[in-house]
Amino acid sequence: MSADVTLSLPERRRLRLPAMPASIAAASLWILLMVAVALCAHWLQPYTITQMDLSARLQPPVLFGGAWAHPLGTDQLGRDVLSRLIVSIRVSLTLAFCATLLGVAFGALMGLAAAHFRGPVEQVVLVLIDVQAALPFIILALSALAFFGNSWTLLVFLLAFYGWERHARVVRGLAMAANGQGYMMAVRQLGAGPGRLYARHLLPNIAATLVVSATLAFPEVILAASGLSFLGLGIQPPNTSLGNMVGYGRSYLSTAPWVLLAPAVVIVLTTLSISLLGDWLRDQLDTSGR
Amino acid sequence: MTRFLIRRLLRAVLTILIVVVAAFVALRTTSDPAMVILGPDAPPDALAAFRKAWGLDQPLVIQFASYAWQILHGEFGKSMLDGADVLQKVTARVGVTLEIMVPALILGVVFGVALGTLAALNRGRWLDRLMMFGAVAGFSVPGFVLGLVLVLIFAVNLHWLPSGGNDSWTSALLPVFTLAVGWAAILARFTRSAMIEVLDQPYIRTGSAKGLLWHEVVLRHALPNASIPVVTMVGFMVGGLLAGAVVTESVFSWPGLGQLIVTSVTSRDVSVVQCVLVLVATTMVVSNMLVDLLYTWLDPRMKEAQA
Repeated sequence: MSADVTLSLPERRRLRLPAMPASIAAASLWILLMVAVALCAHWLQPYTITQMDLSARLQPPVLFGGAWAHPLGTDQLGRDVLSRLIVSIRVSLTLAFCATLLGVAFGALMGLAAAHFRGPVEQVVLVLIDVQAALPFIILALSALAFFGNSWTLLVFLLAFYGWERHARVVRGLAMAANGQGYMMAVRQLGAGPGRLYARHLLPNIAATLVVSATLAFPEVILAASGLSFLGLGIQPPNTSLGNMVGYGRSYLSTAPWVLLAPAVVIVLTTLSISLLGDWLRDQLDTSGR
Repeated sequence: MTRFLIRRLLRAVLTILIVVVAAFVALRTTSDPAMVILGPDAPPDALAAFRKAWGLDQPLVIQFASYAWQILHGEFGKSMLDGADVLQKVTARVGVTLEIMVPALILGVVFGVALGTLAALNRGRWLDRLMMFGAVAGFSVPGFVLGLVLVLIFAVNLHWLPSGGNDSWTSALLPVFTLAVGWAAILARFTRSAMIEVLDQPYIRTGSAKGLLWHEVVLRHALPNASIPVVTMVGFMVGGLLAGAVVTESVFSWPGLGQLIVTSVTSRDVSVVQCVLVLVATTMVVSNMLVDLLYTWLDPRMKEAQA
């Protein structure tokens, strides 16, 4: 009998899939759609993003009296808004994804270093965190982009700096707590080096928290990136991004609001969906941890 | 407590020092202001004269020493672009920025705390869900999108409000609202989770068990305790007031500090950029430090933890 009970316990836990509320399901669907669009942008875009049709400038979308040739209308140079939107989704999501990944990796490394070495190393990390917190991202990015020139690499690294200090704080706290726990001590006593200790034993234990932390940071990175593009300091033409489209669409606010509204809706829905999903994941983590 | 204070102060000074040095080195080594301001076609002797006038021909260490000396005397130099006093130029814009930031922050705090408390008291019900969805939506909408949509509705279509500038008090309404929405959204979520944590505490149950009226329990016992993390959050927001409106100011052509940063960065006016960086970092560091101190004062348990 008792064997039965011990066997069924973990099984029940595995089977208890958390019920997903409708809003989270909708959010996940939207995110999947965006990822699919980003991956298949090449095949989806009806026109290239630089293809101009000067005889069809500022055409409204289909539902507002436009033609099916340009479902979301055209911009001031007669370029297809739908095509530019699809490519922008790809560019903006890729940028935000790379930057978030880099930020989490860098933050985790700093947090681990602080928790492992303690002493002076920890103090240096803490001061770096202070410096980062003292310089608002937008100011830092503005100065760096204007003075170092604009490049994709610099943009990714700058955005990676956005929020690394939060990941570092989280990992430092988790690692310090874990270092005091039985399993970490046991593995250390068995003679495992720091590499094995952290990569094989600590990381799997804090991965869930780190994933949530990254998910919550991702929409903020999208917003920061599109804010920079909006100011004209992000992705440079002829390439296009969501913030970029909103930025130049602004000049046609009164005559052709669709140029601006299409990318704006995509930004809002995407950040909203990821935020909702991140919150939900965090709540799941909280209750399962209890 | 004194040890904590001294250590905190040292760290703050160190942070500001690092920002000053890093900004100075980065700005001086990456571009030649003489070339940018006079143009690439300027005659070599004009370039040399410009560099000599601004001390750019000196070694970097000497440049920094004289710069640091000036700062310590409250002098931030003159704008390389038009020779105007940098500090005057910057402080004039600070006031304009605060004109929209302060009302927006007050609105954000009032609405955020009220809505967050309301949501916490109705935890799990539809009102709570609705408000929390609204809060997530509130900070998922970037300021420039919200701002432009507001302009589209109230300026372009309805002609009720001006779309930009700061000619009359009505032009402040849209930017203030845009900024307030974001803050209220963040604070509503923050207040809600702080309140929920407090409402779960045994002393709240004791309060209602001994027969206190529910609004007394909430106002006298729950809110003061929940306010501790919320005050911290507001403190961080105050620190970011100067730099927080770059994008919003650009949307509404509000001539504040944010606009000054954008224009001086694009025109490579190094002395202005430096002054802004130092000013912004200092306010941020000082307010973060005050938040830390406030925290220990509001929550005496922290004092024991540090002693």
